[in-house]
Amino acid sequence: MSAAARARTWAGRFPWEEGAFWLLLAVGFWLWPKHLALASQVLIAGLFALSYDLILGYAGILSLGHAAYFGLGAYAAGLLAAHGWGEPLSGLLAAGCCAGLAGFLTSFLVVRGQDLTRLMVTTAIGLLLFELANRLSNITGGVDGLSGVEMAPLLGAFRFDIYGRTAYGYCLIVTFVLFLGVRRMVHSPFGWSLRGMRDNPSRMLALGYPVQRRLIALYTVSAAIAGVAGALLAQTTQFVSIDVFSFNRSADVMVMLIVGGAGVLYGGLVGAAVFTLAYHFLSALNPVYWQFWLGAFLIAIVLFGRGGVLGACERLSRHLRERGRAPAAQR
Amino acid sequence: MIASLIGIVFDGLAYGMLLFLISVGLSVTLGLMNFVNLAHGAFGMLGGYLCALAMARWNVPFLVALPLAFVAAALAGLLLERLLFRRFYRRSHLDQVLLTIGLTFMAVAAATFLFGPQQQALRLPEYLSGQFSVLGADHNLYRMFLLAVGVVLTVALTLVVERTRFGAAVRAAVDNPRVAEALGIRVGLVFQIAFATGCGLAGLGGALGVEVLGLDPVFPLKYMVYFLLVVAVGGTSTLKGPLYAALLLGVADVAGKYYIPQVGAFIIYAMMVILLILRPQGLISRS
Amino acid sequence: MMPALRTSGLGKHFGGVRAVTGVSLALARGARHAVIGPNGAGKTTLINLLTGMLAPSEGDVYLDEDRVTGLRPDQRVKRGLARTFQINNLFPDLTVMQSMLLAVCEQCGVAIDPWRPVSSCRDEIAAARAVLRLLHLDGAEDTVVRQLPYGDQRLVEIALALACKPRVLLLDEPAAGVPKAGSQALFRAIAGLPDEVTVLFVEHDMDIVFRFAQRITVLVSGAILTEGTPEDIARDPTVKQVYLGGR
Repeated sequence: MSAAARARTWAGRFPWEEGAFWLLLAVGFWLWPKHLALASQVLIAGLFALSYDLILGYAGILSLGHAAYFGLGAYAAGLLAAHGWGEPLSGLLAAGCCAGLAGFLTSFLVVRGQDLTRLMVTTAIGLLLFELANRLSNITGGVDGLSGVEMAPLLGAFRFDIYGRTAYGYCLIVTFVLFLGVRRMVHSPFGWSLRGMRDNPSRMLALGYPVQRRLIALYTVSAAIAGVAGALLAQTTQFVSIDVFSFNRSADVMVMLIVGGAGVLYGGLVGAAVFTLAYHFLSALNPVYWQFWLGAFLIAIVLFGRGGVLGACERLSRHLRERGRAPAAQR
Repeated sequence: MIASLIGIVFDGLAYGMLLFLISVGLSVTLGLMNFVNLAHGAFGMLGGYLCALAMARWNVPFLVALPLAFVAAALAGLLLERLLFRRFYRRSHLDQVLLTIGLTFMAVAAATFLFGPQQQALRLPEYLSGQFSVLGADHNLYRMFLLAVGVVLTVALTLVVERTRFGAAVRAAVDNPRVAEALGIRVGLVFQIAFATGCGLAGLGGALGVEVLGLDPVFPLKYMVYFLLVVAVGGTSTLKGPLYAALLLGVADVAGKYYIPQVGAFIIYAMMVILLILRPQGLISRS
Repeated sequence: MMPALRTSGLGKHFGGVRAVTGVSLALARGARHAVIGPNGAGKTTLINLLTGMLAPSEGDVYLDEDRVTGLRPDQRVKRGLARTFQINNLFPDLTVMQSMLLAVCEQCGVAIDPWRPVSSCRDEIAAARAVLRLLHLDGAEDTVVRQLPYGDQRLVEIALALACKPRVLLLDEPAAGVPKAGSQALFRAIAGLPDEVTVLFVEHDMDIVFRFAQRITVLVSGAILTEGTPEDIARDPTVKQVYLGGR
C-alpha cells in the first residue's frame, strides 16, 4: 500500500484510535507511576523520530546525522539553564530556533545531492558537531556532561519533581502539540508535495515545483523539532553530555523509525517505544551484545519486515478483514 | 621548512593512497550496481585484524600476511554478495543503508568481543621501520612503502580497467548495464569479480593501514565518512576521480593537523563543503 | 506577431559529441509544430534544452520574447512552458486525482500551504476534474496510476502538463508505446488541446504528424535539415532519403 494511502488510513479513517492512543498516554500518570521517567524518554525519542520521519519517511532524504540538531537543541536549552535562565518554555523555544537555524544553514548542502552525498554530508555534520562539542569541553562539559542545569518551575507553578510527574506531563503536552502540527502539515498540499518530491523529483520540477527550496523549508522544520526534542531531554533530565551528538544516536533514530514504520506519522512513536523499552529492559546485558543483536535485528527487519510494526498491523488488519469477507461471499 | 612540507606531502599522499585503496571498492559497488555499502570499512577492519593476528599468533611474515588479508576480505565479500547483497540491488538505497549499517554493527560488536576495544598494535618488520634520507630530509620508510605499494596497485588497476577485456566489460557495465547484458557481457559475474576485488583491496588497505590509520573495533564507523567523502567527491564513473579525491583529502588532513592542530580535524569538513559547493557532481565527472 | 516560443542558434555538445547544433525555431501563438527526424537526431535533447533540464552550450531560448535560457525548469513552468515525457514519468503509487492535485496546487500557489487539509481545497479539485474531463479521464479519477492501461497513462502525462496552464506545451512522442487501440483517445486529446496553447511535438508516428501539424521541422544529427508545411515535407526528396537510408 502506498505511503499516501497508509497515511490516510491511519490519520483519517480511524480518528477514534488516535484519540484513544493519546488518552492512554495521558492516563499514564496512573498506569505507570513508577516509570514516568522512562515514559518521558519514550516521548522524547518519539518526537525525535517524528522529526526524522519528516525528512526520511516523507521526503526521502537519507540522513545519518540528525542527532546534530537534537544535540544543538539539548545544548541550547542546557546552556541557557546552566547560565541562569531556567525558564523551561522559553528555553524550549530558543532551542528550537537554534536547531532550526542550523538546519536551514546546512540544508543547502543536503538537499542538492544524491543519496550517497546526503549520507556523507549528514554523517559529517553529526561528526563535526560531536568533535566540536568535545573540543569545547570547557563550555559543554565534554564527555562528563554539563553541570548546573537547573530548571525553574514550569509555568511558574509545576516544579520538576523527582518522580518525574511534571516532566512527563511537560513532554506529553509538547509532543502532542507538535504532533498535531505535523499531522496537519502532512495532510496539507505541502505535505502531499513531499511525497511527490520523494517519489519523482524530476516530475515535480516539470510541474513547476522549486523542489530544492521546499526541501530546505522541510529540513529546517525537521531540525527545529529535533532541537525541541533535545531540549526536552536536557530540561527533564537536567543533564547534557556530548553523546547527544553521537553517530549512535543518529543510527538509533533510524532504527526506531524503521521498526515503527516510516512515512505513516505514528511510526516514529511506536518504534521509539519499542526501541526504548527494549533497550531499558535489555540494558543489563553487555552493551556489545546489544549492538550485535541490534545489527542482526536490523538486517532481519529489512529482509522480512516491510513497513515495520505499523506495516505489519496494516497487513494483519487487511488479512482479518478479508477473512471476514470471504465467508460472507460464500453464503 | 621546505623539508617538513615535503614530508607532509609524502605523508599525506601515503595516507590518501590508503584511503583510495579502501574506498575504490565502494566506488565500484556504487557505480556498477547502485549499491550503497556502508559496511565497506568492515572489510578493511577484517583485513587489518587478520594481518595483525597472523603476525602475532602464527608468526606469518608481514609481506605474506598482506596478501592473506586481501584474499580473506575478498572471500568474505564474495560470500556476503552471494548470500545477502545481491537481493538488494533493486531495492531502495534506504534498505541498502539499513542492511549495511546492521552488518557494520554486527562486525563492530564481533570485533569488540573477539579483540577487545583497544587499539590493535602491529609490529612492523625491521626493514620497513625507521627513516631514510631523500632530498636532504628524513622520511618515514613505511610511508614510502605505502606510497610505492599504492602506486603499483593503482597502475595495475588502471591497466586492468583500460587495457584488458575484463576492464572493458566493467566499463561497459558501469556505463549501461542493460545494453552490456544484451551484448553478452555477464554483468552479474563481472560485478562479483569486481566486488570481491574491491573488498580484497579494502582488506589490504586495512592491513597496510594499521600503522597509519590505527585499528580498533569502531574502525568501520570512524572512517565511514572518509570513504563516503572520497566516493561522493570523486564520483563513481572513473578511477581517477576517487584517486584524486583521496589524495587531496589525505594531504589536506595531514597538513591541517600539522599546521593548525587546534582545528586540524575540521579541515576535511571544510574541504567537503567547498568541494560540494564547487563541484556538486564530483571532481571528475563525465558529461 | 510575437512568437510564443523562439530559439536562436541553440546547441549542445557533450565533449566531442554534438547532440544539437544551431537550432533556430520560431513558433507563433497557437501553432501546432512537429519536430521529426530519425533516431538519435537530438529531438529529446532539444526538448530538454527548451525545458531547462539541460544547459545549452550555445544559443538562447525565448518565451514570448522573454529570455529564459538561464532559468531552471520549474521557473520556466511558472512562465508557461510545460512538457510531457517520452517514457511515462508519473507517480505510480498515487491515484490520478492525487497526481493532478499535485500539479494544480502548485499552479494555484496553494502547494506551500502547510496547514489546510487537501480535502478542503475544493477549487483545486474542481480544476483538476475539469482537465481530466477534457481528456475523458474523469472516470479514472480514483485509480492508482500504476494500474491504468499504458495508453491512459500517456493521457495522464498530458493531463499533468495541461494542469500547469501552459502557454507553450511540449509533447515528447505522445504516441510512444501506445497500441493502435489506444490511439483514438490520444488523437482526441491532441485535437482537443486549447487553441491558444502553442504545441510543439516530437513524434515518429506520421499519422499524428500529418494529422495535426501545421508546420514540420526535420532534425537530422542535431541540426535542422529543412522546415515547411506537411505538403512541402512530404514532397521533399532529401527527407525521404534521410528516412529511407542513404545520405
